[in-house]
Amino acid sequence: MARTAVLGRLTWQVATVTAVRVQTPTARTIVLNVPGWPGHRAGQHVDVKLTAPDGYSAQRSYSIASPPGATTLELTVQRLADGEVSPYLADVLEPGDQLELRGPIGGWFVWEPTSPGPVLLVAGGSGVVPLMAMIRTRARTGSRAPFRLIYSVREPDTALYAGELAGLAAADAGLDLTYVYTRSTPLGWPLPAGRINTDILTAGQAAPPGLAVFVCGPTGFVEAAADLLVDAGYDAQTIKTERFGPSGGQP
Amino acid sequence: MTTHLDGNALAGALRELFTVDITTATGQCVSCGTTGAMGQTHVYMDAPGLVARCPACGEVVLRLTRSADRAWLDLRGITCLQVQLPASGET
Repeated sequence: MARTAVLGRLTWQVATVTAVRVQTPTARTIVLNVPGWPGHRAGQHVDVKLTAPDGYSAQRSYSIASPPGATTLELTVQRLADGEVSPYLADVLEPGDQLELRGPIGGWFVWEPTSPGPVLLVAGGSGVVPLMAMIRTRARTGSRAPFRLIYSVREPDTALYAGELAGLAAADAGLDLTYVYTRSTPLGWPLPAGRINTDILTAGQAAPPGLAVFVCGPTGFVEAAADLLVDAGYDAQTIKTERFGPSGGQP
Repeated sequence: MTTHLDGNALAGALRELFTVDITTATGQCVSCGTTGAMGQTHVYMDAPGLVARCPACGEVVLRLTRSADRAWLDLRGITCLQVQLPASGET
């Protein structure tokens, strides 16, 4: 889909769950078959609508985790304790079930594999999902754009895609992976648990020319990370943010 | 003030009304004159509708309220929206 394509009016369509994969104790990846899916760009999201038998309906946005061109669409959903939609998606939904969704949505928080410039990705918790779509797209298209992911999680077993990220980073020097543990670290980790800071974000370097920055996570995390980068001299116009709030969805 | 999301969060609701993605359109704030992508606005969702505010001055640029069968779109804070379109002749 070209960047400037005039799109049709966005409508709801029915998707069928083909598989679910456990990611962490509180998050699952839902694999969907969406008939006639028009394709998407890395970083876009979908809206998901659940309707109860009495007609009550709730709607949330979820980032797409799969790269463009994959035959199925993947969402990764973190269960929120007080969530209205996420517990159903993260705990109940089974292969064969159907969901109403619409998308792809949003052209702002998007990385294009034709961009050769370096990319800094900063994820807080399940904010890694749209950034994973970018990392997968980079791998799938053979892009040589240098990528650096800084991924902040509470503790090691809450990290999404840990095995896949480790494999991708091990196989490709162009993808640099840095974890930040805010509550507890893996055994033998060289640093104490703590929040993201300027040294971690910038690695002591000025922003390289042409850098694009994508920050996604809870509102407080996104603001802290973006403010640290701007204070370190990074151009605010190069920093794209996607906050997700207490209403539960991403973005 | 309550917490806000980004202009990205407007994308789905506005795509019900427009055939282009408004979050990548460039808007100019009536109040302070700042120009930027609609995706950079600050969006508050804990109101009866969606409220987008200018990231520079905080004034309301857009409000969107939806009922079962209609939408109310208030663009009070935008002087001009610049929307990228395919070059004419392109399919």
